[in-house]
Amino acid sequence: MQPVLETRNLSKSFYGIAAVTDVSISIQPGQILGLIGQNGAGKSTLMNLIGGVIQPDSGGMFLYGKPYQPANPAAANRHRIAFIHQELNLFTNMTIAENIFIQGFPTIRYGPFRFVDWAIVKEKTRAVLDEVGLKLSPDTVVDRISPGERQLVEIARALFMDAALIIFDEPTTSLTARETENLFTLMRRLREGGKSIIYISHILKDILHLADSVAIMRDGALVTQEEASAFDINRMISLMVGRTIDNLYPPRTSGPTTTPLMVLDGVSAAGLVENVSFTLHEGEVLGLFGLMGAGRTELARIIFGLDSLEQGHIEINGKRLARQNARDSIRSQLAFVTENRREEGLLMNINISDNTALVNLPHYGRSLLGSIDSGRMISDTQAIVNALQLKSGDIRVQTVKALSGGNQQKVVMAKWLLTQPRVFILDEPTRGIDVGAKYEIYSIIDQLAASGSGVLFISSELEELTGMCDRILVMSRGEIFGEFSRGNYDEESILRAAFHQEEVPAELAHPVEVSTP
Amino acid sequence: MTQRNRVLQLIVNNSTVVLFIVVFVVFGLSSPRFFEPDSVINNIIKQSAYTGITAIGMTFVLLTAGIDLSVGSNMYLSSVIAGLLMRSTGMEVLPALLVAVGVGMLYGAFNAFCIVKLKIIPFMVTLGTLVIGRGLGTALTESKQIDFPERMLQFGQTPVLGLPMPVIVLLVVLVIAFVVLTRTSIGRQIYAVGNDIEAAKKAGINTDRVITLVYVFSGFCAGLAGFILISQIGRLDRAFAEGREFDAIAASVLGGTSLFGGKGSIIGAVVGALLTQMVQAGLVFNNVNLYLQPMVRAFIIFIAVFFDSLREANLERLKRRYIRPLSSSAEHTKSPNV
Repeated sequence: MQPVLETRNLSKSFYGIAAVTDVSISIQPGQILGLIGQNGAGKSTLMNLIGGVIQPDSGGMFLYGKPYQPANPAAANRHRIAFIHQELNLFTNMTIAENIFIQGFPTIRYGPFRFVDWAIVKEKTRAVLDEVGLKLSPDTVVDRISPGERQLVEIARALFMDAALIIFDEPTTSLTARETENLFTLMRRLREGGKSIIYISHILKDILHLADSVAIMRDGALVTQEEASAFDINRMISLMVGRTIDNLYPPRTSGPTTTPLMVLDGVSAAGLVENVSFTLHEGEVLGLFGLMGAGRTELARIIFGLDSLEQGHIEINGKRLARQNARDSIRSQLAFVTENRREEGLLMNINISDNTALVNLPHYGRSLLGSIDSGRMISDTQAIVNALQLKSGDIRVQTVKALSGGNQQKVVMAKWLLTQPRVFILDEPTRGIDVGAKYEIYSIIDQLAASGSGVLFISSELEELTGMCDRILVMSRGEIFGEFSRGNYDEESILRAAFHQEEVPAELAHPVEVSTP
Repeated sequence: MTQRNRVLQLIVNNSTVVLFIVVFVVFGLSSPRFFEPDSVINNIIKQSAYTGITAIGMTFVLLTAGIDLSVGSNMYLSSVIAGLLMRSTGMEVLPALLVAVGVGMLYGAFNAFCIVKLKIIPFMVTLGTLVIGRGLGTALTESKQIDFPERMLQFGQTPVLGLPMPVIVLLVVLVIAFVVLTRTSIGRQIYAVGNDIEAAKKAGINTDRVITLVYVFSGFCAGLAGFILISQIGRLDRAFAEGREFDAIAASVLGGTSLFGGKGSIIGAVVGALLTQMVQAGLVFNNVNLYLQPMVRAFIIFIAVFFDSLREANLERLKRRYIRPLSSSAEHTKSPNV
C-alpha cells in the first residue's frame, strides 16, 4: 500500500551537531505509528521536520509518493498534516470556536467588506466538537477548560482541517487517567476512520497498547521500525538505550530510622485535603501515590506553605511550624521540587549557575551590602552540577532552556541540594524524562535518604514508588486511604485504595508504567 | 453566596462603569450645571473625543502586547505638516485632513517597520520615534506657533447631525474599530497574536502583517485626533499634544485592556476616555485647586485599576480546582495515624 508519509535519509544538524541522521520511516493510512526514544534521541526534531517547523539539511519526505517540502507549519497544515504539540498551542483568551477557525474564518461579503460569519463558525465548531466527544459550547473561553479538554480542542482543530496525518507529541503528560483513556478511544476511532497517527510517548505500555508499528530512535538515528507485535517492553528499552538495563532502580543503600523528622497531624484545608496525618522518618523514602487530582500536589503545597492549612499542624524535628510561607519553609530546611519544572521550577532563559544558586542566594551575600560573592557561588554550583553529572556547556553561559528534560530536572534538584534540606518533597520528579535520567534521579533520592534526610516522593507511576520507597501512602479525594510497607507491596491493593475501594477497571490501571524486567 | 456578596461581585466586575456613574453623580450633585445635556455633550463627550480616538488606536496596539509611545508626537507632526501645507499652498481643509491622516499612517508604518523588520522592541522603537517626531516638527516650524486659517475653525465648529464634529468623528472611528475587532478575521487574529505570538505563527497567521496593521491604525488615529483637536483651537505650538500617549494608555487600561496583550475592548477604551475627561471636567466645575487636579485624576485611575486587580484575583479564585466537596461535614474515614 502507498504510505501516507515517508521520509528518506532525512538529516538535520544544528550548529554542526547532528540531531537527526539518515532517518527513513514510513506510515501507512489508517495506522498508528509509535515513536519512542530517550530524550535527545531526535524524536522532536524529526517531528518538527515533518510539521514544517524546521527544514531538513538533506534527504526528502514524500506524501502519497509525491515530494513534500513544507516551508512552515501552515504549509504542513495545507498538506493535511496536523501537529499536536506537547505544550498546547491554543489561544487561552479566545473561545473554542475562534481557536478552531483562527487560520481563516468563513466570511460573508457585504460590498467590498468581508465579515466573519459567526453562525457558520459555531455550527461547524459544534460538529467537530461532537466528533471528539467534547460537550462544551463553542463560545467557551479556552482559559476556563481543563488540559484534557484543551487537547480535545486541538484534535478538533486537526479534524476540522481534515488532517490525514496527526502527530501527537507526549499527549498524555497532563491528562487524568480517564482523559487519557478517552484520548486513546478517540485515537482508535480516528484510525478506523482512515487517519494516520504518529504517537510519541515515554509510556511504553501505551505504545504497545495502541500502535500498529513502532519506530525506535537513538542518538538521532533510527534503530528500527517494525510491527508492534515484534516488541515487548524489555526489547524496546534495550533498543532505546543501546544496552540492556538490568535494573530500572538503583539498590537502596540504607534503610529508614525510627527518628521522626516531619509529623503531620490532622492537616485539613477545605476543598483540598482532609485530616491528613503521617510521620516521615529520618532516612526514609516515603511514597505518596494517587491518581491525578487525588490531592497530592495540594498537600505538598500546603506542607511547603504555599497554600494555607486550616486545621491541624505540622512539626519538623519536633518543632511545630508556625503559619508559614515558602521562605520560612526553606529556613526549616524543606525543599520542594514542583511537578512543573518549566513553569514553576526553573527560570528558563537564565543560565544554569544562576538557576542553581537561586534558593541559596542569601548565603552568597557578603556582609553589609549583601553583594553576591560570585566566585564562591560559581564554584559551589559547579561542584553540585558535577556531582549530579549534569551534561552541559559552561554553566555561567548556557541557559536552562537548552538542556534536555532530564538535565533540567537535575538543575532543579541541584538548586535544592545546595540548601542541604532535611525534608525533600519531590512532586513527579521523573515525569517526561527518559529511562537513563530517571535512574540518575533515583540514585540522588537514595543518597539523600542515606545522608539522613527524609524524602516525600509523589508519583503517579506506581512502579517507581514500589521500586524506591520504604513505605507508600495512598491518597484519594484529598484523604489518605491506605498505607503499605516495603515487602507487602501489592499493586492491585494499592490501586484499589487509590480508586477509593472501587473495583479497578483494567483499562484505568494506566498510571502503572513500565513493568520491571 | 449571600445577597450582599452578589452585589459586591457585580460592582467589582463592572468597576469602571460603576466608578463612572459614581463620579458623574458626585460631581453633578455638587455642581448641578454639570448635569445639563449641553454641558455633558460639550464638556465631557466632545473633550474626550481626542483621547477616545487615540485610545482606540492604542487598544489595537496593546492587544498585540505592544505599546505606542509616539502618539503625542505623531499628533503634533502630522498636524504640523498639514498646517504648513495649508498655509503655503492654500490647501482646503479636507485635503489637509487627508494629509494629516496620511502622515500619521506613515509614522505608524515606520514604527511597524522597526518592530517587524529590525526586530526592535515596541517600547524602544516608539520611545525613539516620540523624540524624532517632535524634533522633526520643531525643525519644520522652527519652533514657532502655526496659526491655522479661519476655514479650519469653521470646519471644526460645524455641527454634524446636531452633534459637535469631534463627537461624530469619534463615533465613526468607534464603529469601524469595533466591527474590525469583532467581525473580521484580522480582528480576531489581533487577539491571537497578543495571547501567544509563537502559537499564532504556528497557526499560520501572518503576524508581521497583524503587527504592522495595528501600528498603522494607531498612527491613523493619532493623525486624525491631532487634526480634529486643532480644528477646535485653530493653532498649534511646540508643546501641542505632548504626553497624550499616556492619556490614551490610561483610558485603554481603565477600559479593561491588559498591558500583556490579548485582552481588551474598544467600548472599554472609550468608556475609559469618557471617565478621565469627566473627572477632569468635574474638577474644573467644582473649582478644585488647579495644582491638586492631576493628583485627584491619578487617584481615580488608581482606584479603577485596583478594582481591576481585585476582579482578576477573584477570577483566579473561581478557577481554583477543588478535589472534594467544600463542606467538611461529609463523612470521612479517619486516616491512619503513623
